[in-house]
Amino acid sequence: MRLAWREAVMAFRRAPMLNALSITTIAFSLFAFGLFGLVALNMSQALTRLEDRVEIRAFLGDGTASEAAATALGDITAFPEVASAALVTPQQALDRARKELGEFNDVFDAGLLPSSIDIQLKPGFRDPEHVRAVAARIKTYDFIEDVRFGEEWVEKLHQIRNIATLAGTALGLTFAIVAVIIIGSTIRMAILARAREIAIMRLVGATDSFIRAPFLIEGSLKGTLGGVLALLLTWATNEIIGRVAFSAAFFDLRLSILGIFAGALIGLGGSAFSVGRHLRDV
Amino acid sequence: MIRFTRVRKEYPRTGVALNDVSFQVNKGEFVFLTGPSGACKSTILKMIFADELPTSGEVKVANVSSATLKHRDVARLRRKLGIVFQDFRLLEDRTVEANVSFALEVTGAPRSVIGSRVARVLTQVGLSSKARALPTELSGGEQQRVAIARALVNDPVVILADEPTGNLDERATRGVFELLRDINATGTAVMMATHNLELVKRSDCRTLEINRGQLVFDSHEPMTGQGER
Repeated sequence: MRLAWREAVMAFRRAPMLNALSITTIAFSLFAFGLFGLVALNMSQALTRLEDRVEIRAFLGDGTASEAAATALGDITAFPEVASAALVTPQQALDRARKELGEFNDVFDAGLLPSSIDIQLKPGFRDPEHVRAVAARIKTYDFIEDVRFGEEWVEKLHQIRNIATLAGTALGLTFAIVAVIIIGSTIRMAILARAREIAIMRLVGATDSFIRAPFLIEGSLKGTLGGVLALLLTWATNEIIGRVAFSAAFFDLRLSILGIFAGALIGLGGSAFSVGRHLRDV
Repeated sequence: MIRFTRVRKEYPRTGVALNDVSFQVNKGEFVFLTGPSGACKSTILKMIFADELPTSGEVKVANVSSATLKHRDVARLRRKLGIVFQDFRLLEDRTVEANVSFALEVTGAPRSVIGSRVARVLTQVGLSSKARALPTELSGGEQQRVAIARALVNDPVVILADEPTGNLDERATRGVFELLRDINATGTAVMMATHNLELVKRSDCRTLEINRGQLVFDSHEPMTGQGER
C-alpha cells in the first residue's frame, strides 16, 4: 500500500501540468454542479418558508364553552400531523387583522371576528391531501362553524413544489452525469498518458490490483482537490452575488463535506472504471 | 521447461499465424528463434509470456499450461520470466536503479532485498556506475543492458529476448549477445528472437527457424516432411 501511495504521489510530481489540468477540469465540472446545488438549495428554502405559512383556521361558533374549546385544542395538538395549535380570541384576531392590514386597520370593529383555533402543520404534512384530511377531522366538532386553509393557495404551492422537485432532479441528474463524463474522460486521458508504464508493469508481473491501486489513490486525491476547489469557487460566487445583488443561503458544513466527498467518490469511481477498462482492453 | 504442442494461432482478421508448431526448450538452453520478418517469432514469444493464447494446442511454461491458465495466473507466470524487447521499454522518467527495482517492487519483495539485488544485477550487466542515470542519458546498448538487468532481477528461469539487438550497432550487438551468453552460463535459459543471421552463424547455439507460421528447422532435431531444410 505504501508503494501505491508513493506511485500516486510521484505521478503528481512527474506530470504537474497534466494533473493540474485534470484537477481544474474536475473542479469546474463540480463547480457547475455546485452552482446548480446552490440555486436548488435557495429555491427549496424559499418554498419551505412559504409552506411554513400553510395554516388551518377553525372558527368556533358563538357561545362555545371555553372548556369545550380547551378540550378540542388539546385533541387537535395531539394529532400526528399538527406541529402546534393555539386558541385565538376575537380581540387577538382583531389585533392581528389590524396589524396585517396596515392603513386599513380601522375597517374592523371589535366583536366582528369570531374566536378560532389556529393550527400549524408539521413539515411533510403541508400538502393538500393532508391539510384537507386534518381540516375534515376538525370539522367533526359540532361547535366548529367553519374551517379554512386557503385550499387554492395550498394546491398551487404544492404544484410549484412538485415542478421544482422534478425540474431540480432532472437538471441535477444532467449536471451530475455531465460532471461524471467530463471527469471520467479526464481520468482516462491521464491513464492513456501512462499506458506505456502500465504495459511495462504488466510485463514484469504486476497484478491488476497492484496496477490499479495508485490510479485509485490518484483519482480520489484529484477528486478531493477538485471538490475543495469547486467548493471555494461556489463560495466565492455566492459572496460576490451577496455583495452585488442579494444575499443567498450557502451549503452548511454537512453539505460542504458531502460535496467534497462526492468529488472524491467521482474521482475514485472514474479511475476504477477507466483503469479497469484499460486493463481489459490491453 | 517450455513446451509447444501442436500449437495453432489464428486471428479473426488475418487468418492463420502459426500452424502445428511443436518444440521444447530445456532448462539452461540458449535458443535462437529465427526467420524472416512476419514469420511470427514475436507471436511465439508472446505465447510464452501469455500475452497471446493458442487457438488450439498447448503451450506449457514452467509447469503452467495455456489450457488451464487463468487471468490471475499470468502475473505469477511472468515473474518467473525475464522479457527484453528491441525498443527496451524503460520508464524514461526513472533512474536506471528505479527501472530495475520496479520489477522487484511489483512482486512485493522487501526493501532490504531490493537494494542488494538491484546492485548485484547492475554489476552483472556492467552498469553499477550508471545507477543514478536516466535512460535517456545512456547509449542504446546501455539501455538494453538496463532492460536485461530488469529482466534478470527476479531470477527468471528463462529470458525471452525479442530482437534485443535490432536497434544496436555491431559493437553494442556483440556486447548484448555476450551478456546474454554470460547469463546463460549461470544456468538461466535464454530464448532470443533475431533476424541477425551473422550472430546465429557465429555461435553454436540451438536454432529454431520459423517461416510462414511453421517451424521449418530445429538444429537439435531432424525435421521430417515438408518443413525439412
